[in-house]
Amino acid sequence: MNDSRKNFHTELNDLEKEMLKMGSVVGESISKSIEALMNKDLELADKVIKDDDVIDNYELDIEEKCTRLIALQQPVAIDLRKIIVISKLVTDLERIGDNASNIAHRVKDIGDQPLIKEMQDLPGMRDKVVKQLRDSLEAFVEMDIEKAKMVAARDKEVNQLDKQINKELLSVMENDCATIEQGTSLMFISRFLERIGDHSTNICERTVYMKTGEWTELE
Amino acid sequence: MSTKENVLEIKNLNFYYDDFQALNDINMDVKKNKVTALIGPSGCGKSTFLRTINRMNDLIEGSRVEGQVVFDGDDIYSGNIDVVRLRKRIGMVFQQPNPFPKSVFDNVAYGPKVHGVKDKAEIEELVIESLKGAALFDEVKDRLDSSALGLSGGQQQRLCIARALAVKPEVLLMDEPASALDPVATAKIEDLIEELKEKYSIVIVTHSMQQAARVSDETGFFLMGDLIEFDKTDKIFENPANQKTEDYITGRFG
Repeated sequence: MNDSRKNFHTELNDLEKEMLKMGSVVGESISKSIEALMNKDLELADKVIKDDDVIDNYELDIEEKCTRLIALQQPVAIDLRKIIVISKLVTDLERIGDNASNIAHRVKDIGDQPLIKEMQDLPGMRDKVVKQLRDSLEAFVEMDIEKAKMVAARDKEVNQLDKQINKELLSVMENDCATIEQGTSLMFISRFLERIGDHSTNICERTVYMKTGEWTELE
Repeated sequence: MSTKENVLEIKNLNFYYDDFQALNDINMDVKKNKVTALIGPSGCGKSTFLRTINRMNDLIEGSRVEGQVVFDGDDIYSGNIDVVRLRKRIGMVFQQPNPFPKSVFDNVAYGPKVHGVKDKAEIEELVIESLKGAALFDEVKDRLDSSALGLSGGQQQRLCIARALAVKPEVLLMDEPASALDPVATAKIEDLIEELKEKYSIVIVTHSMQQAARVSDETGFFLMGDLIEFDKTDKIFENPANQKTEDYITGRFG
């Protein structure tokens, strides 16, 4: 198969690679934010907050490149859908980055206070959403609709964990007013992880669109 | 399926230049008051196909047609068709503008005169109406008696369109009408096509996929004499059903 638009297609592949790099940095931020909580590592929390700028810059750069490719190359069909999806995907990745940064802010709020409750579910939840993100990006690269649908279906587990954590924290806060400040921070952290899961589901929906040309809700 | 919304129905069309088969079993319905674009690589048969619609291929020695092109209820290849009248009803505009070496006025008046219009006032009205229809009148109204050869390329092409309109066609066939024109003239032709489809049905062959995407309602993709895919233009360019179509329009074609 001769590719008469090799330069354009190479640029498109490079764009995809850059988007995956962004995904990797975002995944790291999620991991580090919860690590900072569990280890009371406030320096690490600061790093996550600072590194959000890197993530924001990735988004701007990739958006700019998408616009340029559309303007200069007039892509059609699968090429067009791919560029549109990448453009939307980096917004989801940037929001995930914001959520990781928000977690880090809450970690700093909690500071070095002892945790009001053993939060053993949070690392598990973190692992789930990091894997969700990685798998959703894999499904995108492989243009695998079935994989995308399966990853999206897993979001139920994350939602379930968030509900459970909320219930447990409410119970603690009801019994002791002094725990409310930290309790609400921990509830927010759980909610931020749940939102990250939602964004990965968006990524899966966009993969389905890229392959089929049809927008479908996958929740 | 014969419906009022089709102006042309092409059925099982096969076309041969001597022993060479240039078109393989083509089936296509061309809709009324729509722009239908034909795309495909060089030599795919799209221009040959265009020329079968008003029997211009008859002029090529050794050419042979099988199948039907149904226009207004009649197969134009059946025995008793007045070919001259057919080409009045189905007009054609070519890639290279080809004005007659006459005045602007006489270029447009020629067709109606040949078809029997004698009244001077009627001819004048026809000429002005046709020039307006081709979005050329304002530019030439003060020089109707000057030679058509003095017009710019874009103006000459619009003059050729006016010439076709003067004999009141129902269908306009355009074979790469803007290929020889600069971007501004091309844009004017494309705007004109948008206006013309209110009154006429247009079939356009184009090498520019962007042009096909801009101006047409439906697009047919030809490859080596086959009609690979025919569908609404937005479907073809956003999400074509056939992999060969996608390969061609994205340039992954070999």
